[in-house]
Amino acid sequence: MRNISILEGINRALVDAMEADESVLILGEDVADPEDGGVLGVTKGLSTRFGEHRVRSTPIAEQAIVGAAIGVSLGGYKPVAEIMLMNFTTVAMDMIVNHAAKLRFMSGGQTNVPIVIRTMTGSGFANGGQHSDYLEAWFAHTAGIKVVAPSNPSDAYGLLRSAIDDPDPVIFIENLPTYFAKGEAPESGHRVPIGKANIVREGNDVTIVAYARMVQEATAAVEALAARGVSAELIDLRSIAPWDREAVLASVQKTGRAIVVHEAVTPFGTGSEISAVIHENLFHALKAPVQRLGAAFCPVPFSRPLEAAFAPDAAAIEAAAASLLA
Amino acid sequence: MTNRTKPGTTTLVGIYRRMALIKANDERSRKVIMTGRLVMPYYSPRGQEVIPSAISANLNDSDYICTIYRGTHDMLAKGVPLKDLWAELAGRVTGTCKGKGGPMHITHPKSGVMVTTGIVGSSMPIANGLAWSSQLKGDGRVTIAYFGDGASNIGAFHEALNLASVWKLPVVFVCQNNEWGEHTAYEKATSAARIADRAASYSMPGIRIDGNDVLETYAAAHDAIGRARAGDGPTLIEAMTFRFHGHIFGDADAYMSPERKAAAMAADPVPRFRAWLIEHGHAGEADLAAMEAEIDAEIDEAIDYALASDFPDIAELSRDVFAVEAA
Repeated sequence: MRNISILEGINRALVDAMEADESVLILGEDVADPEDGGVLGVTKGLSTRFGEHRVRSTPIAEQAIVGAAIGVSLGGYKPVAEIMLMNFTTVAMDMIVNHAAKLRFMSGGQTNVPIVIRTMTGSGFANGGQHSDYLEAWFAHTAGIKVVAPSNPSDAYGLLRSAIDDPDPVIFIENLPTYFAKGEAPESGHRVPIGKANIVREGNDVTIVAYARMVQEATAAVEALAARGVSAELIDLRSIAPWDREAVLASVQKTGRAIVVHEAVTPFGTGSEISAVIHENLFHALKAPVQRLGAAFCPVPFSRPLEAAFAPDAAAIEAAAASLLA
Repeated sequence: MTNRTKPGTTTLVGIYRRMALIKANDERSRKVIMTGRLVMPYYSPRGQEVIPSAISANLNDSDYICTIYRGTHDMLAKGVPLKDLWAELAGRVTGTCKGKGGPMHITHPKSGVMVTTGIVGSSMPIANGLAWSSQLKGDGRVTIAYFGDGASNIGAFHEALNLASVWKLPVVFVCQNNEWGEHTAYEKATSAARIADRAASYSMPGIRIDGNDVLETYAAAHDAIGRARAGDGPTLIEAMTFRFHGHIFGDADAYMSPERKAAAMAADPVPRFRAWLIEHGHAGEADLAAMEAEIDAEIDEAIDYALASDFPDIAELSRDVFAVEAA
């Protein structure tokens, strides 16, 4: 099977979803072909194929973008709104948190908001403090929103198709530095259920839970640990809200040790939540306290050495695992 | 105003019925809170009856509105049934939203009330999306975004008007300028002498009208809604009015000039229009008195129905968060 990039996986999911369902729309800054099909070309070819009435470039106005997505979804459509960078979701938080997340509940189930918000982020591209943050915990902390973050082309395709199918709002997080990472191409129509983790590698000594780019770092760490005779189990969470408690708890039940890795800062992060749930459920099965590995508690820095040290890497994950086994 | 947009007797009496309903409902709401029968946050629309009443006379049930926390008048004018409304105000399971939204989040798609927001400025970006859905379907529907003068100072207003104009959406932005943004006077918070002038920045028609004048409001709405239905894009209507009461029930409104308030109340648009209808032979005193008695009885019935209804089951806490209830 041919390998494709994560970017191509996302593009294909959008094409196939729009082909399958006329109610699927795309809106966002620069998304149509006259504007290059997105700053990185993720939506390239779509407006040419489906028309600019379905793939609509917008002003740089995130509240207007998410508001239009919410409204058009109330009118029966399934919009995929692109908020170019995750930090830009902050200027649309009212629309996302007060409206998209809550309309179903506040209307007593009369209305729902089947929108997807695609957004990219990630350190490693020298973009500094306002273009690189992982803010997934903010959304995961809001009742009414789902959050997913794929790590490979097939999952990107399958999760995006599931997100578009979903009757509730989904934040779909794309990682900028790994857009061009290649992987196995998915079958057309492939779905990855939201809330289902993927056991990337089975092992017995320690469980490593990761998502997005951290899966790649963790994969390298698992290989290094294997060379040292440590058998690590790697879980790619894929969905952050809801997350696959069953898979994580089953794994930690077996290994008795766990590390949760993410690129977001550590305090009050998803690692804290997952760690708490593991402790609540498996306190007596644990051989060591659960470790959280996240970014330094500072804005994403610019200078190369600072940025390189900001987020966890394979060496840090390996060291954390080794310390749990010491 | 041209003759073309002059409403006939049935329409005029229909507008008055909405106004009388809003006024009576407001008086009853304040009484019900005062006597302790109901505890709820209440933002009185008293004094602003004409605007949604005259506008709704130009709308179909299938047209959409997005309104705000001070929106009972907009909802009633659009046709939200009294019983469903009152049951929601009382937090009962028979309410529009099963008691889960409350007064600031009334939703009733059957009458086109798609969103009621408690966030200043947020009705407009969502109204655009509803209008976009109509543009895509070509269903001829129009969306009205209601908001207050304070909301024209928030970013969402500017983002939404700009987008609506660029996309030529079938939406009408109706600013109910009641001279007060919460406790702060218009002049102290708003740089533009007229909010209607802000439309020029977005290349759309902007019109300031006397929002307490039925014929003027009806005509302006008729033109703007007609323009939207014809595919000619959005309009900003600034409807001048005055809020008779404080921002929220219980607010003593000490910040309002007593003279200005007294003058506004002396020019109460509801009795004024009532007298006009009689004077111009559109209705007789007895007809209107009978209509008002009927409204009173309907409100009584709605309140009794609401207070006799059950509260939602505690299990509702986990329902409607997502389509599928979390385990």
